[in-house]
Amino acid sequence: MIDDQWVGLGYLLSATLFIFGLKRLSHPRTAPRGNQLGAMGMLVAVLTTVLQMELGDGIEGWILIGSGLLLGGLIGWVMAVRVEMTGMPEMVALFNGFGGAASALVALSESWKYIEDDTLEIPTGLELEVMVVAAGLSALVGWMTLTGSLLAMLKLKGGVELFGKWIRTPTWGPSWLNPVKALLFLSTLVLIYMSIQEPTETNYLFAIIGISCLLGILLVLPIGGADMPVVVSLLNSLSGIAAAFTGFIISNSVLIVAGSLVGASGLILTFIMCKAMNRELIDVLFKAFGGSDKEQLTRTKVGSDADEVAMMVDGAQKVIIVPGYGMAVSQCQHQVKEFADLVSEKFDTEVKYAIHPVAGRMPGHMNVLLAEANVPYDQLIEMDEINPEMPEADIALIIGANDTCNPAARTKEGPLAGMPIIDADMARTVVIIKRSLSVGYAGVDNDLFYMDKTMMLFGDGKKMMNELNAAVKEL
Amino acid sequence: MEPTVLIGSVTLFVMSIFLGFELITKVPATLHTPLMSGANAISGISIVGALLGANVAYEGGDTVVSGILAFIALVLAMINVVGGFAVTNRMLNMIAGKKRGGQ
Repeated sequence: MIDDQWVGLGYLLSATLFIFGLKRLSHPRTAPRGNQLGAMGMLVAVLTTVLQMELGDGIEGWILIGSGLLLGGLIGWVMAVRVEMTGMPEMVALFNGFGGAASALVALSESWKYIEDDTLEIPTGLELEVMVVAAGLSALVGWMTLTGSLLAMLKLKGGVELFGKWIRTPTWGPSWLNPVKALLFLSTLVLIYMSIQEPTETNYLFAIIGISCLLGILLVLPIGGADMPVVVSLLNSLSGIAAAFTGFIISNSVLIVAGSLVGASGLILTFIMCKAMNRELIDVLFKAFGGSDKEQLTRTKVGSDADEVAMMVDGAQKVIIVPGYGMAVSQCQHQVKEFADLVSEKFDTEVKYAIHPVAGRMPGHMNVLLAEANVPYDQLIEMDEINPEMPEADIALIIGANDTCNPAARTKEGPLAGMPIIDADMARTVVIIKRSLSVGYAGVDNDLFYMDKTMMLFGDGKKMMNELNAAVKEL
Repeated sequence: MEPTVLIGSVTLFVMSIFLGFELITKVPATLHTPLMSGANAISGISIVGALLGANVAYEGGDTVVSGILAFIALVLAMINVVGGFAVTNRMLNMIAGKKRGGQ
């Protein structure tokens, strides 16, 4: 039998690798290495566990375990390799849901042993209390993570196709929902307490699972698509906590360490992301805004056409492209790249991209999309660096961005107040590709649309970029 | 469970939480998504629990349902781990690759 000390040392090595991995993942230069270290840590943890079982009492279920590892690994690998760069945020949400479910299932499996096998002696006293409380909390957090992540994934996608019909993911959350959530949460705690008295009562178990699943859905349902990055990050933190609770059930050090590491660092990352969007986490989670009392639009703006814009581009020395959520939705990054190539070849125009930290669905979303279209990295300029260049730009071409360049953010009032923005209004001419004049996620009207130097191209990003490219070619 | 074991576990838990809070301070926006994805892969650590559960349940003979549950957990955790690290790697390669001039 392999000594417990060696197992402990293996887990210690694995936990150390996780710590260095996470640390390195937060710096651009060391990030790929950090990811490898994390993967190595996982390998060490799995090998240690398998060795412990084999050298201990011997593994009876080799076929079961081997096929499980193979099946999961294969599915995960294929999904990761096949997924389009644009579908990555959804994939992260889905994987996260699986992680939460895995922790909850391990907890359930441990509890169920005592229910189906009468010969197993149910622990008593402190041991029982720890097991039941940990299993209950693991179930609460784990099942919540699963349903919340699945809903977040659907929200990131925008909807599902059912029987050939596109159904949009709903956003719904009246203010009375918050007390309901609190009540459901408390009732789970009560159920956990009752399970200590009757550990083999399956009704309590099923009730906990059901309420937790419902809680996950109710938590994410009121939150709009633009805030999903924050929610996925929070759910990621929760899945770590679920793993840590599962660690308490089986008294496993590596589960506790790795789980709580992810839980804590995931929470910090969530706050960092909130800060970049100038939002408070509490507001994101419990105060749905931008839904009901949007400003009525009274002003109008005459739209331009692609030919007019193409003529403006001819003669421009510097064009700064400001991509946003709309580019991601219409998937027009290749057309944008084509446009940049066209004008730089034909008119010798300098093209740069202004990247707002929270443009799109996920931080870094624009970088990934444009990288997929082979836009050179040195043309992607972060907000703070590009803003001083804006006044020199002949044209700021905004593709489906709204709140991230709304001058209203410079005022001291309204939901956008204080949010850092791209100073697109400083450019000599502003061209905006957008489907309508409607307000952005924050529900604030955008003065930029109505400025005299602004040309609006009303339409879907991909369609308008194609028209614009055609018009430039014809010149 | 010995009270000392429980205290040890709680100590680990609290210390790791503090460490996790300190570990990440400033992250550039480009790395938010890869970091989230990498951390998410690490939270697949419950694969260790699933492995132990699947083996014990199999040995028990009488615990078929527990075994099935642990098996499903094993598959899901493995998807989380392998998929998570692979996706993170792809994202980081894309960001780093373009930095070196579209290699």
